[in-house]
Amino acid sequence: MLSKNQKFKWSWLFYLAVLILAFIFPALNPGSYYIQVVSLAFIYAIAVYGLNLIEGYMGQLSLAQAGLFGFGAYAAALLTMKLQLSFWLAVPLASVLTAVVAFFIGLISFRTRGHYFVIFTLCIGVIINLVIQKWDAVTGGMNGLIGIPKPTPLGPISFDSLKAQYYLILVFLLLTVFVMYRLVNSLIGRTFVSIRNSEELAAALGINVMKNKILAFCVAAFFTGMAGSLYAAFIRFIGPDISSPTLTFEFLLYLLAGGQASIAGPIVGTLLMSGLTESLQFLRDYRLLLFGPLLILIVKFLPMGIVGLIHKLASRSPFRRSAAKSLNPSKTVKGEGL
Amino acid sequence: MILETKALGRDFGGLTALNDINFAIDDQEIVAIIGPNGAGKSTFFNVISGFYPPSRGTVSFRNQNMTGTPTHIFARLGIARTFQTTHLFYNGSVLDNLIVGYRQKTKMGLFDAILRTPRARREEADSREKAQEVLNFIGLAGISTEPVANISQESAKRLAIGLALISEPRLLLLDEPAAGINHNETKGLVELIRKIRSHGTTVCLIEHKVQMVMGLADRIMVLNYGSKIAEGSPTDIGSNQKVIEAYLGRAHHA
Amino acid sequence: MSLFIQQIVNGLTLGSIYCLVALGLTLIYGIMEVPNFAHGHLYMVGAYVTFFGMTLYGLNYWVSALVAGIIIAILGVITERVVFNPLRHAPSSNRFIAALGAMMFLEAAARLLWGADFRSIPPVYDKVLSFAGVRVTEQRVIVIVAAILLIIALNLFLKRTIIGSSIEAVAQNPDGSSLVGINVNVVGMLTFAIASFLAAVAAALAGPIFLVFPTMGELIIMKAFVIIVIGGMGSIPGAIVGGYILGLTESLGATYISMDYKDVIAFLVLVIILTIKPTGLFAKGV
Ligand SMILES: Nc1ncnc2c1ncn2[C@@H]1O[C@H](COP(=O)(O)OP(=O)(O)OP(=O)(O)O)[C@@H](O)[C@H]1O
Ligand SMILES: [Mg+2]
Repeated sequence: MLSKNQKFKWSWLFYLAVLILAFIFPALNPGSYYIQVVSLAFIYAIAVYGLNLIEGYMGQLSLAQAGLFGFGAYAAALLTMKLQLSFWLAVPLASVLTAVVAFFIGLISFRTRGHYFVIFTLCIGVIINLVIQKWDAVTGGMNGLIGIPKPTPLGPISFDSLKAQYYLILVFLLLTVFVMYRLVNSLIGRTFVSIRNSEELAAALGINVMKNKILAFCVAAFFTGMAGSLYAAFIRFIGPDISSPTLTFEFLLYLLAGGQASIAGPIVGTLLMSGLTESLQFLRDYRLLLFGPLLILIVKFLPMGIVGLIHKLASRSPFRRSAAKSLNPSKTVKGEGL
Repeated sequence: MILETKALGRDFGGLTALNDINFAIDDQEIVAIIGPNGAGKSTFFNVISGFYPPSRGTVSFRNQNMTGTPTHIFARLGIARTFQTTHLFYNGSVLDNLIVGYRQKTKMGLFDAILRTPRARREEADSREKAQEVLNFIGLAGISTEPVANISQESAKRLAIGLALISEPRLLLLDEPAAGINHNETKGLVELIRKIRSHGTTVCLIEHKVQMVMGLADRIMVLNYGSKIAEGSPTDIGSNQKVIEAYLGRAHHA
Repeated sequence: MSLFIQQIVNGLTLGSIYCLVALGLTLIYGIMEVPNFAHGHLYMVGAYVTFFGMTLYGLNYWVSALVAGIIIAILGVITERVVFNPLRHAPSSNRFIAALGAMMFLEAAARLLWGADFRSIPPVYDKVLSFAGVRVTEQRVIVIVAAILLIIALNLFLKRTIIGSSIEAVAQNPDGSSLVGINVNVVGMLTFAIASFLAAVAAALAGPIFLVFPTMGELIIMKAFVIIVIGGMGSIPGAIVGGYILGLTESLGATYISMDYKDVIAFLVLVIILTIKPTGLFAKGV
């Protein structure tokens, strides 16, 4: 009991420190380049939280994620450019639209299982990508859309500066983390994890497996679409690339590196991997050369990612000897929120 | 009568796993299903608990025809089951498992969870309370925080039963609850099953431990090659010629 | 009418390439339950090896194709050893993810080594044959005939040779096979070798008709997945039938429906099929 309390306090302090760091980061004058890099990583992290929900907690590897990200981005861009909607209306609307699209995708795709589901969602992602590429009249085809408006000022607060945009994105990220935290620590989150563990047992306990899968997928899509719409407003130029399967694979790498089925995993993985890419400048164009083998090494040696590793080390530390008795750490670590 | 099957059959490809089963389970009895390996016992469970749709015939539960009902609705209507290979949620503690088991009785939705509404808090408290109650009932209160991956085979068997019980089913189906546990533990389990019945739940179990079944069951059905070859009280079954032949005629391991 | 026949011939050409790639994918899936995402990228490397064999080393087209086949077979065996074999007992999603990793690596390596430019294998058999108003290049005829010969050879190998039938045995029952003395490791490597060889030869055959570039494996692997899902994952006849169906559908769809959306057609077909039958058209089992 005592060790549990201790763990709680320590991790609470740690998170507070991280939060403070996130808020003072721009004040440290890191240069606009780094602010931009971190802001973009935050946006991707929001999408990775979506993937974390559906793959990490629910155990359904959806490869349609970049497709949904692209959908959200184009939806927000078109809403602000063509309909002149305010950013504050366009972002929620685009997110909801993405969730609605996911609802229909889920209705069909969750009838399939295992590898069929993965391939099915990959195909959905490819279809979205191809349609964005080809539908010139709406999406601008290969040229994409340029001149997407900046986030609309909120009363006296304008988002013209990079720093202001950084804080805006940070707030969206914190909102995402908050929702995910509440969700996975509720009965709903427990239900998702139970389905990941055994669909059969969940069904025997009266849980509607299909309904829960669709719910998780829609929530995941909502945040993925939100990330896409933030991307559109932040970068202000979008092309079909942002919906390509390659981006899905990158999301997957971020998630696995950080650690799936944990609340810290997506942000840790995304910051780390994009940080790695940026610091190895010469590798920027060839990052997949590094990412590919990394992905293989992670699934082989670090299936629960960095956060999982930290958990494992922490449970071995002398302060928490009781937890170290666990015979099967890999089984017990999965699913525990950080 | 709580459950009734009429001319129930189930095929797998060319194989007839279950054929023409007419069987009824009465309220508050303990019935057992026995038969050699591959006789179709688990298949019978899978069909009457909604996991496999029948190929022929009907299942009715409390006079309601269950044809076409989704699997999870079977559970919600009051048919709970365990699996032959013990299924548990291996990533959580004993208590965590039971809490999820109570999910079908709770109603909270997405926004309740995100906003932590009074309903969400109340239901989480209810789930915990109920889980604790079941823990006491199945005798696992002492290991409630233990990760399920670490508990003994006997505790796992009891927990699986607890998971099925937490939603207060009317009919409890147990697939080989005593497989893999020793003599003394089996005795304890028999007590538990009696206790479950005395609380008003009907129990139907599949078991290879014939001795245990003879002492526990009010009635026994014997399956062989997918067909019912006998049905009756333990004494009737013990002296039934067909049953003796079925067991002697095929190699079987208790 | 001649336009229609023309498109049938084009569809068969395309279908032949799809068949050869999908056959390898389905073989590997049958043996190891690995959805080998890197397969299309082995196809891509095969195209480059053929290209450089001809342009850099002045090899004959057929010799280049053979060299590509052998090199890619070796590369396939290496991926089996390094990537998939160590994950044999891991959860299936891990193998999927590892396959994605291998794919990313191959694509990045190709980009690094050979740049992002489009290249084309110099046509050797570009004479145009025409009969009844239908005009076909020799190369397309070669593709169709070569694919048929390879499919026949593969079937003979699987049915008539001891080592070939052990592949089938493992595909049927991976756990039981080691009991009857089949070395699952050898079978795994052999399967990867054959599958990769087929992919490389397919690339060599397609090379003079289509273009060679680092991401050329991406679309074809996804289409190969569409094919084996349609045909039943692990099924050889399914891959053959599915390959030709997809080739013909695309070719006719491009002509009669929309050129722009011809690539979408394949994926739409899959979505429609899985919507109707979630376990694929020719699923085994229940
Ligand atoms: N999902 C399935 N697919 C195909 N065949 C099945 C399936 N489930 C059961 N069978 C077959 O149906 C027959 C009956 O199996 P079942 O599991 O019901 O037997 P059982 O009486 O429970 O045997 P045991 O005592 O070994 O548990 C067996 O031949 C089995 O192989
Ligand atoms: Mg059984």
